Amino acid sequence: MADIEQKVVKGLTGLRDWVDNRFPLTKSWNEHLAKYYAPKNFNFWYFFGSLALLVLVIQILTGIWLTMNFNPSAEGAFASVEYIMRDVSWGWFIRYMHSTGASAFFVVIFLHMFRTLLYGSYKKPRELLWLSGMAIYLVIMGEAFFGYLLPWGQMSYWGAQVIISLFGALPVIGPDLAEWIRGDFVVSGVTLNRFFSLHVIAFPLLILGLVGFHILALHEVGSNNPDGVEIKKNKNAEGIPLDGIPFHPYYTVKDIFGVAVFLFFFFAVVFFAPEMGGYFLEHANFTPADPFTTPTHIAPVWYFTPFYAILRAIPDKLGGVIAMGLAVNIFLLLPWLDRSPVKSIRYRGMNYRIALTAFVISFFVLGWLGMQGVTPLYTWMARFFSVIYFSFFLLMPFYTAMDNDKAVPDRVTD
Amino acid sequence: MDNSNVDKSRRRFLTAAATVVGGAGTVAGAVPFIATMAPSEKTKAIGAPVEVDISKLQPGELTIEKWQGRPVWILRRTQEMLDDISAQADIVSDPVSEASAQPDYAKNEYRARENEYLVVIGACTHLGCSPKFIEKGIDESPSADKGGFFCPCHGSRFDLAGRVFKGVPAPTNLVVPPYKFISSSRLLIGDDSEAV
Repeated sequence: MADIEQKVVKGLTGLRDWVDNRFPLTKSWNEHLAKYYAPKNFNFWYFFGSLALLVLVIQILTGIWLTMNFNPSAEGAFASVEYIMRDVSWGWFIRYMHSTGASAFFVVIFLHMFRTLLYGSYKKPRELLWLSGMAIYLVIMGEAFFGYLLPWGQMSYWGAQVIISLFGALPVIGPDLAEWIRGDFVVSGVTLNRFFSLHVIAFPLLILGLVGFHILALHEVGSNNPDGVEIKKNKNAEGIPLDGIPFHPYYTVKDIFGVAVFLFFFFAVVFFAPEMGGYFLEHANFTPADPFTTPTHIAPVWYFTPFYAILRAIPDKLGGVIAMGLAVNIFLLLPWLDRSPVKSIRYRGMNYRIALTAFVISFFVLGWLGMQGVTPLYTWMARFFSVIYFSFFLLMPFYTAMDNDKAVPDRVTD
Repeated sequence: MDNSNVDKSRRRFLTAAATVVGGAGTVAGAVPFIATMAPSEKTKAIGAPVEVDISKLQPGELTIEKWQGRPVWILRRTQEMLDDISAQADIVSDPVSEASAQPDYAKNEYRARENEYLVVIGACTHLGCSPKFIEKGIDESPSADKGGFFCPCHGSRFDLAGRVFKGVPAPTNLVVPPYKFISSSRLLIGDDSEAV
């Protein structure tokens, strides 16, 4: 017995060595997992990076299977989605995973971004890590927007009509640009077909490339942590960070636990509340697209509503579009707006704590307002909270520079 | 490697020339990819002018026709409607259509070739939703109590000449497409050339 075992081990080792002489297999495994040292004090907020990767895998898998039965034409799209829901074996399951996955993506990414705000993870030397993450976020917004048109329901249609018209607000090139995006004078089957192409080929490729960039950037500079202390400053004689533990097995096991808990909630939604009361799948989208009739109440899906509320708050067409674009993209400037020498909120003063709290409240209130109809009170509320939203960023150089930050410890705490 | 005999200026020139030629090639190569996304010949053909029979349209009645895939409204206005339009010059933001899009023959108070018939594209000038026709007396709001069009998306309001009311998100009046009367009962939408 032992003899056979020895031979098998020897054979496998030989195979590994054969590959290692031709491809950096053991080298990559060590560099990115077994000898990649991450801070030992990760907490709850550090689950969401790996969960984002999990949702990406879910979206790609379910997307490939949906594409097998979807028909990207104005005549056939709505019916083919109903066909998937009713006649394709387990089609409803694949589709609900995909539609729930879209919302889950934004839940996970918003929490991942909030972690960054909590612990100052965008600060030097992680600016490119932050920018690449923002690029993924922006591309995923586009991906979600393209995907939302595909079922060709009323909300799909009019949502796309409104969003593409935003580009029409740009001076001089606007109307031609909107026509170029649509490929038609209105949103039509032509638009649907190209959105399908972008949704299943172009943007997923972009996302995969950017995710690769994001992980490479992360593994170059190393993760930040809840204390905002650079663990590479304190190394032992072998050059291993004193406060670091190998990613594998410590954090692979932690992340697998996170995956199990996440999937519990994810499938609870898939099985018991796939429409989530109209927030994940809007009711108006169960009516086929009708270019002649706008539904009485139109609202974007929940993850776009904070920005939509800002768009509506501005009483000027171009001004509203600019404000909305700014609200999405202003995060890009965070590494340079933040003047505080301290990363983590644990050692920051009251200024930043109050500002972050006000920002989170304004984000939620704007999100809620974006789902409501227009009334004068709501418009004024949206204006008030838009000012708070932008103040968080625009006043940041002042309130972070003047903050009464505390002393940061030399080593991470437990 | 021995670089001492290299003609550096020649090498710089060749690098610059290759960069310029390669860059120009890349730009030229992008042209077909961008151009292919513009409306195709078939799409443009579907956008050809459409002829509409308006003989059965009753006074005060609205009909919706399709041109370039867009809804075009044809409203046969009564004298009362026209009077209402005249009375609202103060509460619309562009009463004589200075800043709005329409052919010259529709650049007037009633925004029409013939006052009786309003022909506009039924897409809000804000973000392209299709407003709803509201008859007189249905809505209590002062700006629309004389009848008009209400956009459900962002609350823009227009009067029965497609003129936008003040204080709503839409910046300009509804767009008037090119059109002409072929006879007293036939309308051609999408073409207003004089030669018939």
